[in-house]
Amino acid sequence: MTTIFDMPIAILGLQILIGLQNGAFYALLSLGLAVIFGMMNVINFAHGAQYMLGAFLAYILLSWLGLGYWWALLLVPLLVGIFGLAVERLFLRHLYHLDHLYGLLLTFGLVLIVEGVMVDMFGASGLPYSKPDLLQGAERIPLSWVTGNERDIMMMPVYRLWVIAASIVVCLIVWFAIEKTRLGSYLRAATENPTLVRAFGINVPIMVMLTYGFGVALAGFAGVLAAGLQAVTPHMGSSLIIVVFAVVVIGGMGSIMGSILTGFVLGLIEAVVKIAYPEATNIVIFVIMICVLLVRPAGLFGREA
Amino acid sequence: MLKNLSLAATLVAIGSMPAAAEKLSDNAVRIGVMTDMAAVYADLSGQGSVVAAEMAIEDFGGTVLGAPIELVSADHQNKADIAAAKAREWIDTDGVDMLTDLVTSSVALAVQEVGKEKNRVIMVVGAATSRLTGENCTSTGFHWAYDTYALANGTGTAVVKNGGDSWFFLTADYAFGHSLESDVSKIVEKNGGTVVGAVRHPFPTTDFASFLLQAQASGAKIIGLANAGSDTINAIKQASEFGIVEGGQNLAGLLMFITDVHALGLDAAKGLFMTTGWYWDLNDDTRAWAARFEEKVGRKPTMVQVGVYSAVLSYLKAVEAAGTDEATAVSEALKSMEINDVFTTGGKVYANGRMAHDMYLVQVKKPEDSSGAWDYLDVVRTIPAAEAFQNPAETGCPITN
Repeated sequence: MTTIFDMPIAILGLQILIGLQNGAFYALLSLGLAVIFGMMNVINFAHGAQYMLGAFLAYILLSWLGLGYWWALLLVPLLVGIFGLAVERLFLRHLYHLDHLYGLLLTFGLVLIVEGVMVDMFGASGLPYSKPDLLQGAERIPLSWVTGNERDIMMMPVYRLWVIAASIVVCLIVWFAIEKTRLGSYLRAATENPTLVRAFGINVPIMVMLTYGFGVALAGFAGVLAAGLQAVTPHMGSSLIIVVFAVVVIGGMGSIMGSILTGFVLGLIEAVVKIAYPEATNIVIFVIMICVLLVRPAGLFGREA
Repeated sequence: MLKNLSLAATLVAIGSMPAAAEKLSDNAVRIGVMTDMAAVYADLSGQGSVVAAEMAIEDFGGTVLGAPIELVSADHQNKADIAAAKAREWIDTDGVDMLTDLVTSSVALAVQEVGKEKNRVIMVVGAATSRLTGENCTSTGFHWAYDTYALANGTGTAVVKNGGDSWFFLTADYAFGHSLESDVSKIVEKNGGTVVGAVRHPFPTTDFASFLLQAQASGAKIIGLANAGSDTINAIKQASEFGIVEGGQNLAGLLMFITDVHALGLDAAKGLFMTTGWYWDLNDDTRAWAARFEEKVGRKPTMVQVGVYSAVLSYLKAVEAAGTDEATAVSEALKSMEINDVFTTGGKVYANGRMAHDMYLVQVKKPEDSSGAWDYLDVVRTIPAAEAFQNPAETGCPITN
């Protein structure tokens, strides 16, 4: 077997793929946050709770209605998105003229309520969710084309490969829709100058509502992906959301491509730290955040105000 | 005038209370259940512990020495500072005589110190650290259901004797994880095994893939999980993705509750060894008690919840035997009693406050051997009390009688 730094290259490659897969979650979640912040100037603290709702809905669809994973991937983002629409319509809408802080407090309150209700209904220790048969097992990825050694083979779980692929596809579609289509240009114009856009006959409040619903739906989608990897618990979102906020700050608040790239790259950096010094896994992203803010206060891809 | 008369009447009434009640502070015995109501340990303790304490008071008859027994409960949110402040408030202004459950080691250590300072009985059930009856022991502090020594001893010894003689640890990077890892390492080495390495993971961790691969690369026969709750669940769940068990390595969950097995599902948990202080399906008494509990709470009890029942019941028996709720006298009564209830028979309370009782080495059933929800464990071995818990002389506790 070929080794680098005393580690078989197959294991090292696997660690890097896993870093990429963790980055996929950072990318998907920070993308939703960036869309919501970019279009609405709302800091959506409930993003983690909406991600958790996505995982629970996948569990509920399977265990109560017998609808499997693929149905969940389709239906859950819709359901979580509708929940987001209701939140926007009932609460958030009344806060747009106030400081960012009010939206943050409101969404933080929502987190406490939603998590409390889920603990009450399902308990705190978590629920199992089974992956579809198609995504079970592990894929043999030969590395002999790099090393020339037939024994260098990575065994990567199929589900994790699927998470990477699904996440990249969804991220690119969102980026394309916002940056390259006519609808996306309306959205961007509406954030720059809502009054002018309204004068062109476009219903800006509805567009903003749909944007929030869409950002939240992305969190629900990520939740379904996560259900196949970890125990579905009411607190699964709150431990992730702080890291994702750091990712958004590093990438630059409101930058779509910035969030996607930063998510994947930070996943990779974390993977290296997990091998080199596991104790620092929790803080490495925040250390990077501090360094980036010192050099570029608007984030790596953000525009200076 | 009328007011004065009624005041006088009240004073006379108080003066003529039955003699026994005079020995009780404020003419009532108040028990406080302090626990995690909403976060990670809420299922294994939480509201279920409050219900168990209610059941104990009900079974005792609702009064002791002619005075009413009152129950209060609070959420300590797994934070030692909140717990200590609440404990002081309960003792100083609400007249609470005994505090129990106290899941989470840092919380238990803090509240046991408050109990020492204020002379109150502290009966820890939910927390794990063996320091409670070791270097941090107090004369009115008790540790009821299990501890890290018993877990390490039960699971560690059994696994090494079954051939698992090389270990790699996935350790939660805080006090509890470190003490569990060190307790188990000692047991492994004492039984002739070796520890080949450990990785300290942040608490909490959701993705264990990277750490599992490091454990896999170590070549150790056993991957010891010195963590708890969702960390343990996620590590076990993800180990199956990488074919770790198929590859010939085995996992050992060092602190697991039946609620963790429930959360994992038998497919992922089958074959795991764990050590527990109690299981609902031991005999007719335990089954009947569990059914009563399930009717109220909607799930089977954990060893912590039934432990709270046993602690409260034993406390009330001790108050009755001592004829007072004064903490030192009640503690002495507890230490001279034999504990016989649904939790254990023939339990003994050591001078350091450790309640020694039989522990059980259990193995998680295969899905096809289970008759349904909560039928999860086979008892492999009963570990006698004297073997399960550390000899008080070796714990480092200065209280020896």
